[in-house]
Amino acid sequence: MNTVVCMKQVPDTETLIKVQGTGIATDGIKWVMSPYDEFAVEEALQQKEKMKAGAVTIVSLGPDRAIEAIRTGLAMGADNAVHINDSAYYNAADPFATAAVLAAAIKNLQYDCVFLGKQAIDDDSGQVPAMVGELLGIPVITQVLKLEVAADKSKATVTREVEGGQAVIEVSLPVVLSAQKGLNEPRYASLPGIMKAKKKPVDVKTAADLGVTAGPATAIKEMTLPPARQAGKIIGGDDAAAKAAALAKALQEEVKII
Amino acid sequence: MPGTLIYAEVQKGEIKKGSFEVTSKAKEFGGDVAVCIIGNGVDALAPLLAKYGADKIYVVDGPEFENYVPEAFVQAFAQVANQVKPSVILASATAQGKDFTPAVAARLGVGAISDCVDLAKEGDKVVAKRPIYAGKAYVKVEALNDPQVISVRPNSFTAKEIAGAGAVEKVAVSLDASKIKAVVKSLELAESDEPDQTEAEIIVSGGRGMKGPENFKMLEELAKLFGPTATTGASRAAVDAGWREHSYQVGQTGKTVSPNLYIAAGISGAIQHMAGMGTAKVIVAINKDAEAPIFTKADYGIVDDLFNVIPALTAEIKKIKG
Ligand SMILES: Cc1cc2nc3c(=O)[nH]c(=O)nc-3n(C[C@H](O)[C@H](O)[C@H](O)COP(=O)(O)OP(=O)(O)OC[C@H]3O[C@@H](n4cnc5c(N)ncnc54)[C@H](O)[C@@H]3O)c2cc1C
Ligand SMILES: Nc1ncnc2c1ncn2[C@@H]1O[C@H](COP(=O)(O)O)[C@@H](O)[C@H]1O
Repeated sequence: MNTVVCMKQVPDTETLIKVQGTGIATDGIKWVMSPYDEFAVEEALQQKEKMKAGAVTIVSLGPDRAIEAIRTGLAMGADNAVHINDSAYYNAADPFATAAVLAAAIKNLQYDCVFLGKQAIDDDSGQVPAMVGELLGIPVITQVLKLEVAADKSKATVTREVEGGQAVIEVSLPVVLSAQKGLNEPRYASLPGIMKAKKKPVDVKTAADLGVTAGPATAIKEMTLPPARQAGKIIGGDDAAAKAAALAKALQEEVKII
Repeated sequence: MPGTLIYAEVQKGEIKKGSFEVTSKAKEFGGDVAVCIIGNGVDALAPLLAKYGADKIYVVDGPEFENYVPEAFVQAFAQVANQVKPSVILASATAQGKDFTPAVAARLGVGAISDCVDLAKEGDKVVAKRPIYAGKAYVKVEALNDPQVISVRPNSFTAKEIAGAGAVEKVAVSLDASKIKAVVKSLELAESDEPDQTEAEIIVSGGRGMKGPENFKMLEELAKLFGPTATTGASRAAVDAGWREHSYQVGQTGKTVSPNLYIAAGISGAIQHMAGMGTAKVIVAINKDAEAPIFTKADYGIVDDLFNVIPALTAEIKKIKG
């Protein structure tokens, strides 16, 4: 089975965000593979292992530094990668334009499934998977928790998270799937994996190489930090019961929620 | 006059609260407020939309819309949108809304802005405010083309009863069945009628300090006392330990919530957790460690053993409620 994984490099979740213009100050940031994309890479690898055939290709839009996350994916076991290194597109940070370049790159590849993360944990847009599917003209199933592909690769049975439960869906291939936590346990790259990754092919492209001219569909006007939350009051009292009583009173009289 | 077209979501035979919230908000923009409702046996719900400001209600009704299948719903909605030609399209950023909205936008050949917490009309544009980095920062974003497709996080606006003209039009859509390649085989929904964490007004959340799955009963009982808009949540530590399902997880790799009240019991307040609930109006922390970082962000803190505090708090609230 041939699969494509769309993978984005993002700041580590520990990062304290500092605003610079309409973006963030990038000094001192530790960059990692977006957590949901780890599930996507892992699932692609597991499906390939199950089918004992095919290739896993990573596609990533990002600046020079994105190669580190790409190498991580290759070290986990992906076979090759397409690195779209085009500042007009990664700086725009627009889901539609991102989906346009990703879809254009995917069109040049062989694929039965395209895996993405449920959302990238920097922009939190959660839009790229559905848009990639639209642009490829194939079905999309988001928030996938479980995947079983038929041996003849004609269809798949997919369990996805829905509000308040789960749905089981049967879908024909090719299909776009976005990974929710719970799909699998991502593996760590092994030392031999890391050595091998250095020699795996990475095809570097611009949007023009892919024939994409679509500009961004949205524009960021302003970025701000939320007002800092202040420490409020610690409720004192002789014992837990007294403190609980004082809290209940505050919830009733000050917060007016009871 | 080109106005707003809203996608009204139906679950278990009822319109989601978030759909009313965006309908009320659209009323402030001027122009006609049209709503599109899609489902099986949903025509009876149309008058309710008029109560919250809908001038026009497009009803797409049929057995093929019994379950949410993105392709069928997107085709139906896109047909209505092409007829109405709105300048703005709004939906609630529920689980379904997040799946549906970007697909609709791409089908209409435009971008979209997801999970916004505030909207302001500036000339012809709606400027949308949305959190990024799970709420560690905010951006104001504008769509460059019409229709401006925007999804709005539940609880961002109040649903107001403002009567709209409420004209109902049944739309017969012609579905291209050859494009519908996904079929829902089964649907398993929890029996509980608790609201989803993203929509709840009150969340009682537990972390590693809860010590085991059985102790979450205590939090469920407390949440119940607050009424039907309350539910429970969990930290990732509690989820990773297998005490709660992932759907309960609050934080950067769980749900981002903004309830009126968030009670954190036995949660230390890691940056990834705070990112998911930092916009709660009031935060209460119960933790036996006075140095726990959550106290630097909480409006009310109790330094004590949660196994003594939670039952006492439950008893006190019962007393108040009488
Ligand atoms: C990529 C990534 C993503 C992550 N995403 C998330 C996320 O989405 N959500 C999330 O929550 N975390 C997330 N985390 C994990 C996060 O870093 C913390 O590990 C986690 O939030 C800790 O959960 P906790 O507060 O329950 O546990 P702990 O940090 O262990 O805190 C337990 C607290 O309980 C208190 N306690 C213990 N017993 C009692 C008692 N009897 N009475 C009162 N207090 C008591 C302790 O004093 C302590 O403060 C993520 C981490 C990473 C690396
Ligand atoms: N720049 C990018 N390069 C590769 N994949 C991306 C990029 N941006 C988003 N994606 C994919 O789309 C998913 C959802 O991203 P988003 O819609 O931005 O939240 C991510 O988890 C990735 O799989």
